[in-house]
Amino acid sequence: MMHVRRSPEEIAANRARYEEHQKKGLEFAPKALPGPSPLPAPVIEAAAIIHQEIVPGGWYWSSKLLRGEAIRIDQGEGNSTVALVAWNAEDTSERINLVDTAKVQWTTALGKGRVIFSDMGRVMFSMIEDSSGAHDCLMGGSTAASNAAKYPGEKTRNTRDNLILAAVKLGLDKRDIPGILNLFAPVRLAEAGGFAWQGKRTNSGDYVELRAEMDMLVAFSNCPHPLDPDPTYQPKRVVITRYKAAIPAADDLCRTATAEAVRGFENNALMQA
Amino acid sequence: MSDFIQTSPARSLQNAAQDHFIAAEAPWSGLVRKGQTIRIEDSYGQQAIDTLFYRADDFSERYSNQDTMRMQGAAYIGIGTKIMSNEGNVMLTMTADSCGRHDTSAGACSCESNTVRFGHGTKYLHACRDNFVLEVSKHGMGKRDIVPNINFFMNVPIKPNGEMTIVDGISAPGDYVELIAEMDVLCVISNCPQINNPCNGFDPTPIRVLIWDGED
Repeated sequence: MMHVRRSPEEIAANRARYEEHQKKGLEFAPKALPGPSPLPAPVIEAAAIIHQEIVPGGWYWSSKLLRGEAIRIDQGEGNSTVALVAWNAEDTSERINLVDTAKVQWTTALGKGRVIFSDMGRVMFSMIEDSSGAHDCLMGGSTAASNAAKYPGEKTRNTRDNLILAAVKLGLDKRDIPGILNLFAPVRLAEAGGFAWQGKRTNSGDYVELRAEMDMLVAFSNCPHPLDPDPTYQPKRVVITRYKAAIPAADDLCRTATAEAVRGFENNALMQA
Repeated sequence: MSDFIQTSPARSLQNAAQDHFIAAEAPWSGLVRKGQTIRIEDSYGQQAIDTLFYRADDFSERYSNQDTMRMQGAAYIGIGTKIMSNEGNVMLTMTADSCGRHDTSAGACSCESNTVRFGHGTKYLHACRDNFVLEVSKHGMGKRDIVPNINFFMNVPIKPNGEMTIVDGISAPGDYVELIAEMDVLCVISNCPQINNPCNGFDPTPIRVLIWDGED
C-alpha cells in the first residue's frame, strides 16, 4: 500500500507542541493542588441540604443532580468503596468518561482540585473536597462472578448488577453503563502494570464532595472493591448528601488549577450559554 | 513497510481467509468467527490502532477495558490477556505479540477531548471517535455504544503515583498481535489519525488486518 508520510518539519512542530502541553500538564498541576481535605468533615448547613440518603452496604442509589448542587459521599464507618457513574440529564448519550478524565489531566490519581470529564470534553464534576486521595478509575467493580469467586457460598450483591438496576430504573439499559469510578479504593499500579491494594484504610470518616457542573443523573453502588483485602463480605453503609453548593468564585480551584480544566469549562460554557 | 512474518505453519499469506489494508487515519470493521485468529499488523511501525469488539449476535455485550484489567490484574495488554466483555465473558485471547506494549487505559481521541487536551484550535481534526461512530453506525449502533477501547501498539506508561502520559510507541514496522476469537465478534478499528501526541509518532500510517480460519 502506497503511503505518503508527513514531513519531518511538520512532525517536529507537532512534537514540540505536545511536549509543551506535557510539561505543563505533568509539572504545573500537582503544585497547584492542595492535598487531602481535613478530617473530620465539616457540618453541612441544614438549609443547604436537599436530600440525604443512607445507602446500606451492598446497595445502590441514584439521583438527579442539578448544576450548582453538590453531593457529599461519606463513608462514615470506613471500609466502603462507592462506585459512581453519571449521565448528562439532557442527553444521556453523554456520560462520565474516565479514560478521558485520566488522559487529559495526565494522571489516574484523582483528588481535591481535579475534575471529572464526560465523553464530550465537558466537565461533569469538580472534586471540591476529598479527604481520601485514594480512588480507582481503572479496575472497575465487582460482578456476580467475581463475588462468587471471592466469597464462596455467600449471598452477595455486586456493583455490575447494582448499576444495571439503577440504569434501568432511570429508563436506560446496560448499554448505557460506562466505566465506573471507585471512590475510596486505594489501588496503585506497579511499574510492570500489576494492581495492588495499598494496605488497609485507616481514615474512617473519609469523604468526597463532587460539585455538579451540568444537570445530571448519577448512580452509586456501595459494594466492596474487587481488591478489597477483607475476605468477609461486609460492606458498610454510606451517607450521601445532596446539597446546594456555594457559587464558585472567579479563582475556584477546580476551574483554574490546570489549562485542561479551564478549556473543559470553556466547553461547558458553550453548552450552558 | 515490512514483509509478512509467519507465526505458525498453519498461517500463511496464501491461506488467510481475509486480508485487509486499512489506510492511515481510516476505520474498518469485520466479523471474526469463533476459532478464527485475527492478526493486527503495525505495517510501518509506531502506529496506534484503536480497537473495539462487540459480540456478533448481541451488540449490547461488548469489550470492557475495566473487566479486562480486573480479570488479569494488570493495566497492560499482552500475550495471554483475555479480552473480556462487560458480561464477564472471554471474547478473545491474545496468542502472539511481537511488540510487548499495548494500552487500554487511555481511550480514543475525539474532537471534543482534543479541545481539552490540546486547545480549541484542534477541534476540527479527524479523530478516532468519529471513525468509531461512522463505523458502528453501519451496524445499527451509535455513540452510546462506544466504550473505552484497546490501543494496540500505543505506549501509555502509568507511574505508581498515577502519572500518565502518552509517549513514543516502541513498535517496529511489521510488529503484530494475534488474537483467537472465543466467540463470534465484530471487530471495529480506528487507525488512529491523532497528530497532536506521539501515539503514532505524529505520522499516521497504514495497517494490515489478516484473519485465518481455525486450525482444527
